[in-house]
Amino acid sequence: MKFPLSWLKDYLATTASLDEILGYMLKAGLEVEDVTNPAEDLKAFTVCKVKAAAPHPDADKLRVCTVDTVDGEKQIVCGAPNARAGMTAIYAPLGAYIPGLDFSLDKKPRKIRGVESHGMMCSTKELNAGEDHDGIADLDDAINLGTPAAEALGLDDPVIDFEVTPNRADWLGVKGIARDLAAAGAGAFIDDPVRKVNGTYDCPIEIELDDPEACPVFAGALIRGVKDGPSPDWMQARLLAVGITPKSLLVDVTNYISIDRARPLHAYDAAKLKGTIRARLGKDSEHLVALDGKTYQINSEMCVIADDSGTIGLGGVMGGESTAVSETTTDVFIESAWFDPLRTARTGRTTGIISDARYRFERGVDPQSCIEGVQLALRLITEYGGGTASKVKVAGEAPRRDDPVEFFKRDVARLTGLDIKPAAMRKTIKSLGFAIEDTGETWLLKVPSWRFDIEQSADLVEEIARLEGFDALPTTSLPPLKGAKRIVTTPIQERVRTARRTLASRGFLETVTWSFMPKPLAELFGGGADALTVANPVASELNQMRPSILANLAQAVQRGADHGERDLRLFEAGPIYLGDGPKDQRSVVSALVRPVKSRHWNGADAYDAYAAKADLDAVLNAIGQPPARFQIGEPKQPHWHPGQAASLKLGPKVTVAHFGALHPRVLKALKVEGPVYAFELNLNALPQMKAKTTKTKPVFEKADLTPVRRDFAFIVSADTEAATIIKAAQGADKSLVSGVDVFDVYQGQGIDPDQKSIAIEVTLQPRGETLKDQDIEAISQKIIGAVAKAANGVLRS
Amino acid sequence: MSDIQTIETEALQAIDGAGDLAALDTVRVAELGKKGRVSGLMKTLGKMSPEERQEMGPKLNALKNRVADAVEARKAVLEDAALEAQLATEKLDMTLPPKPEHVGALHPVMQVFEEVAAIFGDMGFSVAEGPDIEDDWHNFTALNFPEGHPARETHDTFFMNAPEGGDPKVLRTHTSPVQIRTMTSQKPPIRVLAPGRVYRNDWDATHTPMFHQVEGLVIEKDIHMGHLKGCLIDFVKAFFEVDDVEARFRPHFFPFTEPSAEMDVKYTKKGDTIEIGAGDRWMEILGSGMVHPNVLRNCGIDPDEYQGFAFGMGIDRLAMLKYGMPDLRPYFEADPAWTRHYGFRPWLTPSVSGGLS
Repeated sequence: MKFPLSWLKDYLATTASLDEILGYMLKAGLEVEDVTNPAEDLKAFTVCKVKAAAPHPDADKLRVCTVDTVDGEKQIVCGAPNARAGMTAIYAPLGAYIPGLDFSLDKKPRKIRGVESHGMMCSTKELNAGEDHDGIADLDDAINLGTPAAEALGLDDPVIDFEVTPNRADWLGVKGIARDLAAAGAGAFIDDPVRKVNGTYDCPIEIELDDPEACPVFAGALIRGVKDGPSPDWMQARLLAVGITPKSLLVDVTNYISIDRARPLHAYDAAKLKGTIRARLGKDSEHLVALDGKTYQINSEMCVIADDSGTIGLGGVMGGESTAVSETTTDVFIESAWFDPLRTARTGRTTGIISDARYRFERGVDPQSCIEGVQLALRLITEYGGGTASKVKVAGEAPRRDDPVEFFKRDVARLTGLDIKPAAMRKTIKSLGFAIEDTGETWLLKVPSWRFDIEQSADLVEEIARLEGFDALPTTSLPPLKGAKRIVTTPIQERVRTARRTLASRGFLETVTWSFMPKPLAELFGGGADALTVANPVASELNQMRPSILANLAQAVQRGADHGERDLRLFEAGPIYLGDGPKDQRSVVSALVRPVKSRHWNGADAYDAYAAKADLDAVLNAIGQPPARFQIGEPKQPHWHPGQAASLKLGPKVTVAHFGALHPRVLKALKVEGPVYAFELNLNALPQMKAKTTKTKPVFEKADLTPVRRDFAFIVSADTEAATIIKAAQGADKSLVSGVDVFDVYQGQGIDPDQKSIAIEVTLQPRGETLKDQDIEAISQKIIGAVAKAANGVLRS
Repeated sequence: MSDIQTIETEALQAIDGAGDLAALDTVRVAELGKKGRVSGLMKTLGKMSPEERQEMGPKLNALKNRVADAVEARKAVLEDAALEAQLATEKLDMTLPPKPEHVGALHPVMQVFEEVAAIFGDMGFSVAEGPDIEDDWHNFTALNFPEGHPARETHDTFFMNAPEGGDPKVLRTHTSPVQIRTMTSQKPPIRVLAPGRVYRNDWDATHTPMFHQVEGLVIEKDIHMGHLKGCLIDFVKAFFEVDDVEARFRPHFFPFTEPSAEMDVKYTKKGDTIEIGAGDRWMEILGSGMVHPNVLRNCGIDPDEYQGFAFGMGIDRLAMLKYGMPDLRPYFEADPAWTRHYGFRPWLTPSVSGGLS
């Protein structure tokens, strides 16, 4: 919302400077976004007096003028038809920047058809200060030579632009702003009620309201014999200042009142109206050609204004073309109605029409302002355009709020910590237009009809606190909570922290990527459900909630590779979405590497599927979930390499992670060159650690005896999983076998092609007494037996 | 007994003259071996009379010990020399580079989340969470955004495809729904902090369709707006690691707080760097207010018994201000060079006692 300072002063008697006014706005919650002063652009321009205007010897349309200026007498060649001796005009010196033309005059006098011109005389259009078409600005002769042009044109008037919060529809009118600033202490509010125009005849146009909920009240009046022409200069200047292009008196008056009092009106050419004016709900078959020239489909949700010809306007949104006022209009019918905010907002959204009327009605227009609005229009139109006004006809009744709001004085201190005397509270509340019925501790307040944001005591607390100024609030640190300080994060967040640090310490760079991705790619990762599709995506490639982070990471490493990164390691800890319910979101940690063959004098290690497993294991160890407690199974997601990836499971049902190589087909669809190795760990699937009642750890029992290590090599069929052998060896004697490691896997010469050799080192940890040879032999036989049973393994001789 | 003297002199000479361990051993055997000269002399003791033995015993023993000591000493010298000679052949070029280690880094947004949590954690806040895909009630209605209210329009909401005959879910437009989830699931006193991703349909130089917020909520019996002010000023000082911060609170409008305030802090711009705390300009950093009584009622909390404040702030922007990232967009581009430049070392864990950054 923009307004020039001079307009504010119509309703605010103040001696405050601009800066002080801005300070009051800040204090009251009117957040200033911009302040501009047209005078800044017009500093170079001053008033001059034309002494003589002789015809140009060489051009019919040019005049050679002798002009008295602040710089002395100047010869200026001028093409304006209205240039004449004795005229008071605006002088632009050589070198001046002409804002309306966006160029600067030459610094040296220029010859125009052989005659030197030492400057320029300007039109208001050339100064961005008006729309005059008759030539250069023709000012009142009473204005002295040398007067700054901005002052002469009434433009030395800063324009303030501020943000109107959705709760304060009354700030959409200059008068409402003035009321708040007066309450904040900026000056005295000038109510300036409209002086009534006494209509001399009854309004002949009938008004009917078919849906009192959509449009409960409609005031109208006719003016006959109007001459529509340009509106007065002061009105044009104000409209221009707030960014509205003046059109004609009738249009300008409705726009002016909309800004002045947040009261939208509509002017109809009465000659074009047929029969009764009716506010009713639309019909699905109807259309309206609106004032913007576009055709809109009507529906039964919308409130329309109609006459016998059909719809002639969308109530509170935009009028229709068929009944619009024009230069030929002589009889004008003024509408001043009230439209339901929610319905107006819906109509606005459906049609996409953005108008000053919609903006105000959907936030709430003062329902009691209908008659005042039409009266003000009658006054301004008859004053500047003549004509005779009818009496005001009112159909329906303005919605009225009679129930008082209870205000508890103690709430001010309770909610804000401010100590404010009741007298001061009373003054503030009254200055905002409330009526107070004092019943002791509780005040019953009658809410002014322009306030839609006042429901309860807390709302008054806000009014009192903001107008007192938040600077007055005490600054009180939060009191400490009772009891000991505890860990403040959730177990999942603790895991995220640890996992992130583990991966970063292992050379991974952390990323944060979009939660959404292209639907076709999401489908490759097992996603793509309709419930997880964004209906209005910001871009079509970001239309599906991600089922995995891996696609984003894979594409990121490829982008990195395209920029020359080698062996890039990326990870992300973030959400994935398995459904749209509140419990369908998972917190996962994903890491991904696109290795390149590296060379090193000391031998190069390539990142592979086992390296991904090692990184996953490192994360699991770091978050207190030893990898040994999980089982390894087939991959259960479609984006993994069927032979070089696996799932990590906890029992038959719970899958906690996947790791290994990504599927080449998926990589192709992602336009990523493989191989790519990765893991994705679902932190929600991991067992929750129970909070223990004590932090004490179990007593430490040191194994005093030296462990014994024995090697075994087994011949097994080629498809036997190493885990089977390890598990068998571990299970041979759980109290004695403390570790099993695979140190060799061999396939080739000396072994059947469908067999392989797996060599393990078993660590035996004796407890209590040293192992004797026969003990070791006995356990060795148990191990050999267990592997034979579990994997058909035969000890390699 | 010049014999003893002679033998000792000769033996010590031979020991000193042994050039390597093998030669030394030959000497040792020749003197101290079973058939050695010294051993031979020792054997003569047995045939001596007790008187002779008494005289010769100590002398011969002393001889034996001196020779043996000399052998040991020489042996140590020779072994040292041999080791030195061997090591001299094992010299490596220590200027060769080792196998390269990848150096990882943490993302600034995630780090700043932790910094913020550490500061508020110290003030007794626990961390809470909620889903990104929300229903209309949690994201709007319960937060006192009435249906059709223009305040909803300002949120540029992303909607999910609606189920048949149902209302569409939304991508949460702020972290405030976590307030609702917290207040409907736990009883006051409440001090929670809710970090997370939020979404708005807006993408330009200063907006991304996804960004990060932290929501704070305090509900107790006697928490007033002065506490809000104190708590947030304490936070800003701790976060920007400055002793004093000039801050101001301005009235604003949020449907879910009453009164509502925005917080500005003073700053100066020196070249490309921004210094928070003092200066000639104000910068808005967060929105806040006393929790609206309607919101408390929507969550089954009696606004006559409990009251408190809530605040929400953009983490991406806080990170930019503190660490000087000039542009928001690279945050989400997974650009390794950017992450190496603006990222954090893996072991930097923010804490109030140990330092934030």
